[in-house]
Parts: sequence; C-alpha cells; structure tokens
Amino acid sequence: MPSNPTPLAEAPSEPAESQHIHAALTRTSTGREDLRELESGLDSLQSDAERKHRIEWSRILLPVAALVVLVLVWQFYVSLGVKRRDLVPGPLDVVTQMGVLWNEGKLQEAVWTSLQRGLAGFLISVAIATPVGLLLAQVAPLRRAFGPLISGLQVLPSVAWVPAAIIWFGLTDATVYFVVFMGAIPSIINGLISGVDQIPPQYRRVGTVLGASRLQMALQVILPAALPGYLGGLKQGWAFSWRSLMAAEIIAVGGTIGFGLGSLLDQGRILSDMTVVMSAILLILAVGILIELLVFGPIEKRLLRRRGLLAGSTR
Amino acid sequence: MPVVLEHLGKRFGDGAPVLDDVNANIAKGEFVALLGASGCGKSTLLNIIAGLEAPTSGALEVPSDGAAFMFQDAALFPWLTARENIELALKFRGVGKSERRTKAQELLELVHLGNAGDKRPHELSGGMRQRVSLARSLAQDRQLLLMDEPFAALDAITRDLLHDELERIWKETGRTIVFVTHNVREAVRLGQRVLLLSSRPGRVVQEWAVTEEHRTDAGLAGQLTGVITARLREEIRRHAK
Repeated sequence: MPSNPTPLAEAPSEPAESQHIHAALTRTSTGREDLRELESGLDSLQSDAERKHRIEWSRILLPVAALVVLVLVWQFYVSLGVKRRDLVPGPLDVVTQMGVLWNEGKLQEAVWTSLQRGLAGFLISVAIATPVGLLLAQVAPLRRAFGPLISGLQVLPSVAWVPAAIIWFGLTDATVYFVVFMGAIPSIINGLISGVDQIPPQYRRVGTVLGASRLQMALQVILPAALPGYLGGLKQGWAFSWRSLMAAEIIAVGGTIGFGLGSLLDQGRILSDMTVVMSAILLILAVGILIELLVFGPIEKRLLRRRGLLAGSTR
Repeated sequence: MPVVLEHLGKRFGDGAPVLDDVNANIAKGEFVALLGASGCGKSTLLNIIAGLEAPTSGALEVPSDGAAFMFQDAALFPWLTARENIELALKFRGVGKSERRTKAQELLELVHLGNAGDKRPHELSGGMRQRVSLARSLAQDRQLLLMDEPFAALDAITRDLLHDELERIWKETGRTIVFVTHNVREAVRLGQRVLLLSSRPGRVVQEWAVTEEHRTDAGLAGQLTGVITARLREEIRRHAK
C-alpha cells in the first residue's frame, strides 16, 4: 500500500503563483477535475484537426490526359506513313479489330479465360506462400536452408518451367497453373520475408511483454506489422502470375488448354495480323492496369493512410 | 515483498559487468524511482526484473505472474486503434471478447481518453500515446508495473501533467511501480523512495525517502533534488580521466 493514502483531490491547494514557479517539483494540478480539464485542453492543442477527404480530380484527369496524348502521338506517327499500315496499324484499326473480335465473342472468351486462371492461380499461390513465408521468416534454420533457393527461384523466369510442365502435364490447365505457381509463390514468400525483416524490434518486445503465445505473436503482431511489405509481395506475385500465365498461354497452345489472351496473341502472330496482336497486347495491359486500380491501389492506400504513412507521398 | 534483489550481477559475454551486487527490496504498493546517469544499467535491471533477460549472478524474487512494462516510446501498434491496442493486451491475457470491450473503455476513461478510443496512434499526440500505453500496461493486470523512462521524450508541459496523472492512477490502482529515469526532479516528484544507481558497474549506492511534504512544499522538494543531484554528480565525476 502507498505509505500516504491521502487522495490527490484532497491535497491542499497552493497559491497559484508558487505552483507555476515550481511546476516540475510538486503537484501542479489541484484535483481530478482540474487534471482532466488540463489534459483535454492539451490534447486538443496537440492533435491535428481532422481533414476531409475530397475527390481529387487530378488523380482521374491526369492519367486520362496522358492516355489521350499517347494515342494522339501514335495516330500522328501512323499518319506520317513511315511504315506500311499492315505493320504499324493506327489506333482506329486496332479499335475496329477489337470490335470484330468482340462480335465473334473471341475477346470476351480470351479475357475471361485468362482472368479466371490468373486470379485462381494467384489466390492459390497466396494460400500456399503465406504460411510458408511466415514459417521461413520466423524459424531461423529453415530460413538459412531455403532462403537462397527461394530468392533464386524468383530470379529464374517462370517461362523456363513451360517445357518441363508440358512434358509432365501435357497440354492441360495443369501446365498453365504450374507455371503460374512457380512465378508467383517465390515472389510472395520473398515479399513477406522482407516485410517481416523490416518490423521494428520493439513490436516483438511488446508482444513478448504482453504475453503473446508463439501463434498469437505470428498472427497478431508479426503478420499485421509486416503487412506493407507483404502487400508489396502480393502485388509482385500478381504481376508474376499474370506474366507467367501469358508466357504459358503463348507457348502452350492446343490440347485441353482453353483460349486465353496469350492464345489470341499467338493466333495473331500465326495469321500475321498486326491488329490482332496489338489488340491482345493492349488487352493484357488493360487487365493489369485495372487490377492495380481496382484492387491493389485502394487496399494499399487504405493501409498506408490508417498507419499515418501517406503524408507527403505523391500517391 | 513483490521484488527482492540479492547480490544481482549481470555481464554481457566477457565484457565488464553492467550490474554488480545490486540489492533492493521493493514492497507491495510502493513507488520506487530508479535514478542513474547513462550507462548505469537501469534498463538492463528493468529487463531482468521483467524476465526479459537473465542475471548472471545473484538471486531475485519477482511476482510469479510477471510484470507489466511501459516503454520510453509508446510502442503502440500502428495498425490498431487506441482501443484495439488495449484490447489486444486483454486478449493475450485471455479475457473474453465482450468483457474486453468494457474493460478497454474503463481503462481509456481512467487515463482521460474516453473519447479518443477510435483514433489511431498517428492521430494522437505524444502525451496521449503515452497515456494509451499506460492504459495498455494496466490492462495486463499485473501487480508490478515497470516503467522505462516513459516520459523522457515528452515536452515539459505534458510531462508535468502526466506526473500528476501517474500519481493519481497509482493511488487508485495500488500498483507497485518501479520507475526508471535519469531526471532527478522526476524521481523526486514521483517516487516514495529514490534509489541512486552508480555507473559501470551499476550498483545501488544510496537511497532517499520522499515524504508527502515534498509533494506540496516546493522548497523541500527543491532541497532534496539538490542533494540527490550533488550525489549523482559525484558518481559521474568518478569516471573522469
């Protein structure tokens, strides 16, 4: 028990003058209510006023303007007539070709097939890579043993797996998925590991002091703390999934493999129809941009804003 | 006696001892200020009491359920709101979901932050963060509370207020507090006892009792501050070459 149980509120109040002079040496407030009032005054002085979120038009208008400029430059180049029109088609030719592909139903089929496979492959990769990454990041001997291999796999282009996959699985969806996994899983694991490496050591100490078990520590301290790095890994993992998928679809055509964007691209090459090739390239690009804008962009922004990491960034 | 330290020593590897023959008894409900210059092993001693590090010699007796700990920086998790930070401590302690909510609100109100529960750490001022951190360490519900220079990084106005706040909360909750600081005024302002630790190696060289009169009589408090400062400087001067 405290040796002197006198409640603070009953402490004799001093003349205001001497309180100010000796602020750091003795009690400075005169009781509980006074303290509450002082603190709330200081709190409102020291906290930032809340800012409202507005729609930032420049975020929408600037990219659209950039796109318009690029298309105009393209059209201008084509109208100069430097190259034959069948080698370098203009924007209008490509749009017309896309209309034709749409009417044939080929465009929808290709986008849907690829998108479906890309997303399924990516989600399965996340489900595999997350526990593996956490385990590698948390268990030192495992990390030392497999870390270099995982980094190496990230450097190895996943296209290199296509011949092996065709020999093992034939021209089936299994080939496509295998290549996607080999592309996405190592990069997600690496992202998670580097996210964990960048956690301030203080967070683990706090977790220990608060009595977190090993599992609680991993799921409720390490994983959320590593989330920015992990999200970076996921973005890269998606990019690798999508690229690997396109590579696989271009190389492995036929069999029970459906008709994807890569297949459309390869068909354009076989037919020597540059408008089909350009259409396929633009569609592959468009899907990548849309996923970034609609999925990763908002998640990342929300994550950074909640942690107060957005101030001063150019995002 | 919640904390008994007997001939406690600590050295890292083959280096010079950081702590040597530290002896102290801290009674239940007592507020002890542990004062020392840099390099006296204050933080190491606190880590040993908290069970984060093991002593290399001597014996210590601490409460079997361990100790709550408050750090110099608030060390709140930035992905959680103030309330969720407190709730996480309750969760790790095994408190049920519905009870966590009410308990966290009670603790927020105890530190006068009843309305700031949904704010995130980056939206709070330094003083508010430290109060959330205090509420979180109270959520651990340990008799023993260890504080490692918790107000060192705050501005003077906020620090003075938090001294009053901490004293009030200590009286309301009856915790045993070991408060590490390098600030003599702070030690005299808060502690019932001030233990002075020497530097390299750390050892308790002298202690002073602080009475209720020191809390209200600035002259008396100033006098004691002067005496302790003189003794502290004597310790520091020993290391002059």
